[in-house]
Amino acid sequence: MSRKKTAEEYQKTFAFRFFRWLSGEKDPYIGKVEMQPQKEYQPDQEAALRHEKEHDAIMDKVYDTEHNKWLYRFHRLYQATSILFCLFLIALLLVTISYLPPNGTVTRPVNNEVAERYIEKGLEETGAVNIVAGMILDYRAFDTLGESHVLFVATITVLILLRLNKTEKDEAEVSDRRFEPKNDAILQLVATFLVPVIIIFGIYIILNGHLGPGGGFSGGAVIGAGLVLYLNAFGFKKTERFFTEKTYKWVCFFSLSFYCLAKSYSFYTGANKLHSVIPKGTPGAILSSGLILPLNIAVGLVVACTIYAFYAMFRKGGF
Amino acid sequence: MGQNLFANYGEAVSAILFCIGFTNLLLQTNLIKKIIGLNIMDSAIYLFLAEKGYIAGRVAPIVVDNVTSTKAYINPIPSGLVLTGIVVSVSVTALMLSLTIRLYTRYHTLDLDEISTQLKREGK
Amino acid sequence: MTAFQIILMGLLIICAVSVSFSKNLLNSILIYMSFSLVMSMLWICLESPDLAITEAAVGAGITSVLFFVTLKKIHAIDASEPEKEEEKENE
Repeated sequence: MSRKKTAEEYQKTFAFRFFRWLSGEKDPYIGKVEMQPQKEYQPDQEAALRHEKEHDAIMDKVYDTEHNKWLYRFHRLYQATSILFCLFLIALLLVTISYLPPNGTVTRPVNNEVAERYIEKGLEETGAVNIVAGMILDYRAFDTLGESHVLFVATITVLILLRLNKTEKDEAEVSDRRFEPKNDAILQLVATFLVPVIIIFGIYIILNGHLGPGGGFSGGAVIGAGLVLYLNAFGFKKTERFFTEKTYKWVCFFSLSFYCLAKSYSFYTGANKLHSVIPKGTPGAILSSGLILPLNIAVGLVVACTIYAFYAMFRKGGF
Repeated sequence: MGQNLFANYGEAVSAILFCIGFTNLLLQTNLIKKIIGLNIMDSAIYLFLAEKGYIAGRVAPIVVDNVTSTKAYINPIPSGLVLTGIVVSVSVTALMLSLTIRLYTRYHTLDLDEISTQLKREGK
Repeated sequence: MTAFQIILMGLLIICAVSVSFSKNLLNSILIYMSFSLVMSMLWICLESPDLAITEAAVGAGITSVLFFVTLKKIHAIDASEPEKEEEKENE
């Protein structure tokens, strides 16, 4: 059994020095090389200030847009070039137009067999008296489905851009109506008479989409305008009784999915040469033209909700 | 130069409107006026398309008294296309206006030059 | 009908030019609204009543309302210095 070494003895051994050197605790050059004494780093206030001043001066000089000669010249050149370019564009377009076939004639290349087919067979195949409605909701219904989704996606994007959280929303609502008279009597009385008329007119336009001018888009916009008027007259408290985010979500979900399912059915039967069970009805009656009336209603609901949602989100960031 | 410039006055007006909108887009620094310029360009395109489908002496494509001859109605296709376009343009306008509101809350100005100057000042 | 169409088209060009030269933002939005209304009359002349009704509801109604709300939002955010903002926008 070996004898225990004392600490002093151990520190003199080679192993102790080797392991200290290995673990980096001992600096082999200390005391042998000329060194400056180390001290804590202290930022130079003056240099920092000077640097900031120089930076500001450079920035002021670079972005001094009013006294910068070159920038002024560039602006002038830009304006002159853009006006010249637009004049050139007008001239080019007018020359091109002068070679087009004359306006209002039948022989233009636009009036080809596609339009003839729509006019000749449209009433028989879609059952809609309004050929434009028959075209956009039957022959080209896929197009209109994409368009409804464009509206939906636009609403979502506006919601992402303008969304406020709960406290901010309340503040925005307070500051929103600060400069307005609350509960304006004239506006409220006029709105009481006008809003039902406007909304009934919108419903009429939607339901008559296949019988005359109108359809889902214009009728939906009219209904949305009526809702906006109601909101302006009576404030958010009253509209939130029947229209909230949940209403928007469910109305859009059911309308768009109904549109998808209905058109999937008619695409399926059309592609497989099956007989569609949806009756066409007599042209001119209100319940006619197969799927066009329900699709008009679906599109009108989406458009009305979208327009109200746009307005509410612009006003107070959420609805 | 062809000989149909005055017969095609509708298309000529739509070309001029398009260029007015484009000049607005190039020269205005105010964001709202830029958006209005873009809307004017939209309307010019719709006018051009509708002029294409118009045939003199015929009526709108709404069937009256079961007359389905092609000689009676104008071309319905441009109407359908423009109907799509008008509704898409309103959603594009709403999107641009919401971006404008965001820019205003951040920079407190509507001038595009000032916004870009402030951006560069911040070193971005 | 042709003379009426030409008058309407002249109005369209006047409106489009005066949008860019008007000093006030509210004025230019109102002029754009009248531009849309003239456009919707022109659709009737071009035998497209579908487009006329949609343009009157969407172009003249909804788009202008959105513009107005944007203007209101922009002025209401910085209500303490409305004069300065006016000057900035007028430049």
